[in-house]
Amino acid sequence: MSILVDEKTRLIVQGITGREGQFHTEQCMRYGTKVVGGVTPGKGGQTVLGKVPVFNTVRDAVKKTRTNATMIFVPPPFAADAILEAADAGVELIICITEGIPVSDMVEVYRYIQTSGSRLIGPNCPGIISPGKCKIGIMPAHIHKKGNVGIISRSGTLTYEAVGQLTALGYGQSTCIGIGGDPIIGTKFIDALELFQKDRGTKAICMIGEIGGTAEDEAAYYIKKYVSKPVVGFIAGQTAPPGRRMGHAGAIISGGQGTADEKMKVMRRCGIKVVKSPADLGKTIAKIL
Amino acid sequence: MKIHEHQAKEILARYSVAIPRGIVATTPKQAEAAARKLGTSVVVVKAQIHAGGRGKGGGVKLAKSPEEAKELAKKIIGMTLVTPQTGPEGRKVKKVLIEEGMPIAKELYLGILLDRQTSRVLIMASEAGGMEIEEVAAKTPEKIIKESVDPITGVHPYLARKIAFALNLKGDAFKKMIPFIINLYQAFVKEDCDMLEINPLIVTKDDRVLALDAKVNIDDNALYRQKETQTYRDLDEEDPMEVEASKFHLNYIKLDGNIGCMVNGAGLAMATMDIIKHSGGEPANFLDVGGGADEEMIENGFRILISDRNVKGIFINIFGGILRCDILARGVVLAAKKLHIKIPIVVRMEGTNMKEGHDILEQSGMDFLVAHGMKEGAKKMVEAIQ
Repeated sequence: MSILVDEKTRLIVQGITGREGQFHTEQCMRYGTKVVGGVTPGKGGQTVLGKVPVFNTVRDAVKKTRTNATMIFVPPPFAADAILEAADAGVELIICITEGIPVSDMVEVYRYIQTSGSRLIGPNCPGIISPGKCKIGIMPAHIHKKGNVGIISRSGTLTYEAVGQLTALGYGQSTCIGIGGDPIIGTKFIDALELFQKDRGTKAICMIGEIGGTAEDEAAYYIKKYVSKPVVGFIAGQTAPPGRRMGHAGAIISGGQGTADEKMKVMRRCGIKVVKSPADLGKTIAKIL
Repeated sequence: MKIHEHQAKEILARYSVAIPRGIVATTPKQAEAAARKLGTSVVVVKAQIHAGGRGKGGGVKLAKSPEEAKELAKKIIGMTLVTPQTGPEGRKVKKVLIEEGMPIAKELYLGILLDRQTSRVLIMASEAGGMEIEEVAAKTPEKIIKESVDPITGVHPYLARKIAFALNLKGDAFKKMIPFIINLYQAFVKEDCDMLEINPLIVTKDDRVLALDAKVNIDDNALYRQKETQTYRDLDEEDPMEVEASKFHLNYIKLDGNIGCMVNGAGLAMATMDIIKHSGGEPANFLDVGGGADEEMIENGFRILISDRNVKGIFINIFGGILRCDILARGVVLAAKKLHIKIPIVVRMEGTNMKEGHDILEQSGMDFLVAHGMKEGAKKMVEAIQ
């Protein structure tokens, strides 16, 4: 089993005619993801990648394709608009890959998403993959393997690192979600944890956080209360200086808050198996299983 | 992006937020003329640098005459100001803000920031103005007023009243505080601020409400649509190597260690710094070359790394996804040759076309230390520079 995406996912891509959008759409299709359409305003009626119809609006795409998920590759100034359009058209799952969306745009988007029936993953994330079933995003497909470890992470390549370690040891993944490195994201650790706890195909959870904010602390308290499955955690940025943004817009220690030490302490206290070295993620999970 | 106090106040003034009258001066003579023009019996000479705690470092002084303002400006302009926030190296002061003196009756705090927990904008206020808010939060958290703003409604008068009542304001000061808060919120949202802090916000003896200091950070992601604010960037306030890296769209942050790191992805870059530390080394920097690094990126990355004289070795840690290892390896070989790099280079590559990548490194005839896994990479790097 898996969460959020599987064989039944019917994906559209917003920004499908752009270079990045087209490249990654093709990669997703090769993996077996059902891509049923794309949206680029003004390019409706065209066909890309041999057979994928392009629509002018998400509403049109929904009507014609019965899509239930969208992947957004729209440049940052227009990405918030694209998310809102998808939510307004009633797309169940919105995955926004775009990095660099202004925070004030996301404040509005988040508020709107709360009242809509849609779930947003990202922005500024690698996407989501249920190995062997469906890949939506930019992650390298070949490092994944079908299995029963659920992965939730704020980072892209660091997630690949954990996946790579697990796969090398022979352990597969149920679903891997990159929740994104921005301060405002649609799906938080807690939301993903809730889904993994319910999923019968997930036996252990790997949670990869980083400095900045308090999302990991909140997740840790949630785990203590509601998650019975074993959780292994890592926090990147143990050596990061305060007050500096470490690449991700959300990775900043401000006012003494959001340090790796503090997060790791809270996580340990809540029963999470915290590894200090990122190289130990795979074998620690393997030991539990 | 950080901006200067006088720039922050320019923004506030555009939104009708009351500020003291002030003039920027870059020479003592200009400071004198500014003080004369303001015409108040007391003026304040304030050093303009991107760091707080300026008063403690001697960067904020009162002058009782234009002549005294000139003398003080002479001392402050050109000085290296060390404050609790600048670090021991301090910052060179290039300009001062000359401001009219104010008859202060009360010092308050007002801050607007993003609350990541609720994903909403949060207004924080306190009667304990003039102190660091973190200090107030630690010692007397009950003294901090917090109001979350619904982005659909924004700040309406009732919300501003709630804050003003909680701050125990009365009479004219109370009345003036309402538009002050509403306008400040407008400035925060429309100017794409990350953080906006008025500390202190003062109530004068004649019941006026003004922003005596202003600290504003702008959301980097929104700079493209803030044309005027873009011109506020002050490169002298940034690390020269970081400025250089930003030209190549490289995400670089200088640290104090001696192991240069080149990594793709922010999370992995942080994790690489961490594992170096765990292996007994000290990272010299954070460097994220991005998901789609090419040969040119790698060459520029190398250039930045070796321009730091403390760097004794370079650790390349790449998880190739979209970025193929063979392309990376070719880039590393070319750049290392071109730049005549003599210090040890440890390469750890994983992912797409890993084997081809390792072959290229081996056949290059250069002494790359190839590592399998980031733990081995960090260990090899630390050993190589010992």
